Amino acid sequence: MSPSAYVVLAAILFTLGSVGVLVRRNAIVMFMSVEMMLNACNLAFVAFARMNGNLDGQVVAFFVMVVAAAEVVVGLAIIVTIFRTRRSASVDEPNLLKY
Amino acid sequence: MEGSEVVVFWVCGTLAVIGAIGLIISRKAVHSALWVALTMINLAVLYIANSAPFLGMVQIIVYTGAVMMLFLFVLMVVGVDSSDSLVETLKGQRWAAIILAFGFGILLVSGVANGLVEANSIGLDAVNDADGGNVQGIARLLFTDYLLAFEATSALLITAALGAMVLAHRERWKRAATQRELSEARTRTGAGVVPLPNPGVYARHNAVDTPALLPDGTPTLLSVPEQVRGRGDVRPMDHSGLAEVDDLASGAAALPPTGRTLADDPRAES
Repeated sequence: MSPSAYVVLAAILFTLGSVGVLVRRNAIVMFMSVEMMLNACNLAFVAFARMNGNLDGQVVAFFVMVVAAAEVVVGLAIIVTIFRTRRSASVDEPNLLKY
Repeated sequence: MEGSEVVVFWVCGTLAVIGAIGLIISRKAVHSALWVALTMINLAVLYIANSAPFLGMVQIIVYTGAVMMLFLFVLMVVGVDSSDSLVETLKGQRWAAIILAFGFGILLVSGVANGLVEANSIGLDAVNDADGGNVQGIARLLFTDYLLAFEATSALLITAALGAMVLAHRERWKRAATQRELSEARTRTGAGVVPLPNPGVYARHNAVDTPALLPDGTPTLLSVPEQVRGRGDVRPMDHSGLAEVDDLASGAAALPPTGRTLADDPRAES
């Protein structure tokens, strides 16, 4: 069993995350699915770093974590703001903005 | 990857996939968040197994500690609407999404497996030892090759913090009503002059999700907080207590003797 098993696991997790984004209608759950996809990418980066024998993959995974943390803060603030005006966290509701 | 690492991979990998599936199929958003936390912790173990102990710790601290905490915090704020609607806005979108994602997954997994099946791993032991450890190695890269990206990260974090403050801030346009004004307004409209009933009053439990019973035995939902009502977590009424009271009133049942009389009541003297 080679470390490529980790990359396969990352692919599976990425797919499950994309299913979550497409199927769920709650903005927060979709957000968590995006986090799942980011984490799957991180796992692939870490596995590739090990296969190639240098640490650059781990540094990139670290940066992905930083960006994900910043993204969560801003995204959740947006969700709270939308919830405050629309009283709903469903992604089907904000399309009323255009009327 | 051999020996104990195979065991770690299969156990933690399976748990991570279970967590991801739980995220998708949980009806309540809080359950989804807990499933994601499970996935995150297992991914941290896999990072450590991949000779990335620093990332594993950061994963636990930042993801399961901070990010999932933030998710749960926002879920509590937005709690009223945390369940998902089952109405499909686009017809057939759910099944189309599942089928497409299934195909995408097969494509991705087979492509990756096909491309990497012959790949051999160099391993990180030499690199980690060169700088005296994994943390030192990452630190050397961060402050040399990736210095510019690292500096940009600080700007990003400050911008994100400011953005969150601006977005979540609500300007108060008029003075907050005082308690006296609120009371006067209530009296003037005649709506709810007295306080709302507490949950559990006259009921058998005093838990917050138990509606109070009115004197005629019907439950009043006014006594249950709005958030609990919105989540649909109101406890169904237990009428067995009422039957007991009825039995006592009609004489069909009697209270067990306590061995004390009215004269034992210390209040009786005054």
